[in-house]
Amino acid sequence: MTWVNAIVQGILLGGLYALFACGLSLMFGVMRIINLAHGDIAVLGAFLVWSLTTRTGIGPFWALIPALPVMLVLGYLLHRTVLARSLRGGPLTPLLTTFGLAIVIQNALLQAYNPDVRSLGGAAGGIATGSWRITDQLSLSYLGVLILATAVLVLGGLQVMLRRTAFGREMRATAQDADTATLVGVPASSVYARATAIAVATATLAGVFLAVRSIFDASSGPTQLIFAFEAVVIGGLGSLWGTLWGGMVLGVAQTIGATIDPQYSILAGHLVFLIVLASPHGRSLVALRREGRAA
Amino acid sequence: MTLLRAENVFARHGLLPAVRDVSFGIAEGEVLALIGANGAGKTTLLRTLAGAHPLAGGRIVYDESDLAGVRADQRVRRGIAYVPEGRRLFPELTVEENLLVAGRRARPGPWNLTTVLAAFPALGPLRDRLASRLSGGQQQATAIARALMTNPRLLLIDEVSLGLSPKAVEEVYACMTVLRDSGATVVLVEQDLGRALSTSDRVVCLLEGRIVLDAKTDGLSREEVVTAYFGFHQARRS
Repeated sequence: MTWVNAIVQGILLGGLYALFACGLSLMFGVMRIINLAHGDIAVLGAFLVWSLTTRTGIGPFWALIPALPVMLVLGYLLHRTVLARSLRGGPLTPLLTTFGLAIVIQNALLQAYNPDVRSLGGAAGGIATGSWRITDQLSLSYLGVLILATAVLVLGGLQVMLRRTAFGREMRATAQDADTATLVGVPASSVYARATAIAVATATLAGVFLAVRSIFDASSGPTQLIFAFEAVVIGGLGSLWGTLWGGMVLGVAQTIGATIDPQYSILAGHLVFLIVLASPHGRSLVALRREGRAA
Repeated sequence: MTLLRAENVFARHGLLPAVRDVSFGIAEGEVLALIGANGAGKTTLLRTLAGAHPLAGGRIVYDESDLAGVRADQRVRRGIAYVPEGRRLFPELTVEENLLVAGRRARPGPWNLTTVLAAFPALGPLRDRLASRLSGGQQQATAIARALMTNPRLLLIDEVSLGLSPKAVEEVYACMTVLRDSGATVVLVEQDLGRALSTSDRVVCLLEGRIVLDAKTDGLSREEVVTAYFGFHQARRS
């Protein structure tokens, strides 16, 4: 039963990783940008919600209502002012730009909030600590289920948006051939900006769930970026449902590792990532990256 | 009425001049064939007109307004559509999705999914097929239909029959008949001189980036065209 519990908790944890990863996956799929500031943007969103919560007394999930539109606009402006220019400088420039952006965000947060660790768990109330007890050795936390359900909804919603809406068609067309999309009247830069806005909003959602689930500080971003990146690679670059699958595989690997020995938790996730990367699946992803195409 | 006027247009690839001091106009409803040997600058000129290649000098006047600083997607919304060389369909979108992407921000006009599929009946049964699974002729027909979805006033078609089987070329030229009948203004890049002359009202021949022939096709002999095409001596008629 311990193993069953480890797998179930891993799947729930995978929901959080998938939520972190979906924005990263979307930006790579549409723009071929690996956003190294993704984790820090998530933490920035968590700090914004923390500020709203402490100043107004509202719960963190209510604070998402004003925070998400703010982060959407921030994402849109981020592309218009920074990423659009760096995209014109070749494939390595956005990588360096987002690396620099990550450093800027971390230091700005340190300056504004100091290095103390924080949590939104207390402000979230019973949902952060409550659980359904299935058996003596198996329980499902409310928060874990909520995070997984949110991840499925967000990824499913994005998938429906991409497949069924006019904007989604434009986004897929731009992802496949931005130059030609422009030549049939699609403003590629605007499509990119909106994709960035969505990615930043999903990162915010993930950052807030992280902050409710555990603790965070100004330097929490890079760790979350690594987990998100691993989930994206395990699931397949640019594939949204693959991202959910990748997050779950990573989460299960970590919880099984922790069941064997708590110090193997993170290591087990990295090992699965390396195994996938060395497999034919991983090699095909590297080949796709070289061709400039997403899976 | 002159719909588009190129005035002393220059375009470069890096430092290499590809189009040099090109001036010509195209009247509304006219079909103009742009011919020339490989490397003559036809595709670069067409891409420059479409806004996909930077203008290095001169100006392009469309519907009495200068297109300087107007992006390619904005030109589409003003009525300039471009069918690129090699079709450049979105391979992982279906035929219908390829058409709908172009139609989303289209100018008001007669062309929509229903009218385009009626004009290109061969595409009807293929509407749910991925573009990557079409034959060359089907892809070219889809590319022309996709351009029509934008309700263009001016259609720029690059290398319309390049790489197609003779049967596919016949199919594509059936599409060209649809365009002519709709009264569209067309600039057509075509390597097949016979096709170019029989389809168009006027022919412009480029040689090393310069216009060496600009003439009505009525009464124009094949020898005059061949002479200009290969640069035996420069000819210019209007």
